[in-house]
Amino acid sequence: MKPGHGEVVLAEGDVEVPAEERELIEAFRRQLDEGMWAAVPTMTNNGRREARMVKAFDDVPRDAERVIFFPRAAGGAG
Amino acid sequence: MVLALCCTAIVIGALLAEVLFPRIEAVLDRRRARRLAAERQGPLMGYDPGRERRAEQRARQLLQSCVNEEEWAMYRDLGFIRVWGRQAGLGSAGAPKAAGAVAGAPYAYLIYPHKPVVAFVPQTRRLLNEYCVEFPDETRPYGSARLPDSDDVLAKWMALTGDERGLIGRANMHLPGRQVDPRQVRRDLWRLSEWERERTRAKRSRGGSVPTQ
Repeated sequence: MKPGHGEVVLAEGDVEVPAEERELIEAFRRQLDEGMWAAVPTMTNNGRREARMVKAFDDVPRDAERVIFFPRAAGGAG
Repeated sequence: MVLALCCTAIVIGALLAEVLFPRIEAVLDRRRARRLAAERQGPLMGYDPGRERRAEQRARQLLQSCVNEEEWAMYRDLGFIRVWGRQAGLGSAGAPKAAGAVAGAPYAYLIYPHKPVVAFVPQTRRLLNEYCVEFPDETRPYGSARLPDSDDVLAKWMALTGDERGLIGRANMHLPGRQVDPRQVRRDLWRLSEWERERTRAKRSRGGSVPTQ
């Protein structure tokens, strides 16, 4: 997520292909280094959707379709 | 006589220059600073309503693809999303005892775009707290532009469903009414109950089921 842009695709690839996985890991680390948070949309056993926050590429489920990066939360004005 | 007038004109001119020169210089400085700031921001940073609209469109699609169908319909129809609280009845390790518990939870949140998250008691509609939280883009050097409305809602939704404790811990907590008018929240809760009643009625009349995921 990017202010003024909405969703921006950073990298795409198949984790089963080593070269593509490396690219995905690079992109993942770059985003976290820039201070972004990462979340994976998931579905629970009872069918409800929720998000799972991930802090390392290894935490991302292998079958995850996407990882969403968004700015880190901070206490707002007020 | 002419000489005296000339001298007077010269003196008046000098005095006026003395008074006006700093002002002219200040105006030029301000204009220069504005131009420099605009150049520094680049063409993308200026407000472009078309770009903002397109960004919001993309953000809505992303939100729809992530949240539950009921939550998306709620946001589309009412402009906010309710998320059930999960921190009640924490175990010793801090994990919710019933991670899958949703409806019937002792408290819930209302997520509005670019407004504090409001916690309330669903059974009584009593407002508990406001949690002021923002998602500033730290990669920008001079403050941050706001995320599109639907991205802001999705960021709060992901943070609440993925790490409720973490988000609440980072937020600035206030009593209800600090930024969001409690009358508006109560009205929204009433709208929500009417909206849910209508969905249930529609479901019964169709004889089918209203998707809840």
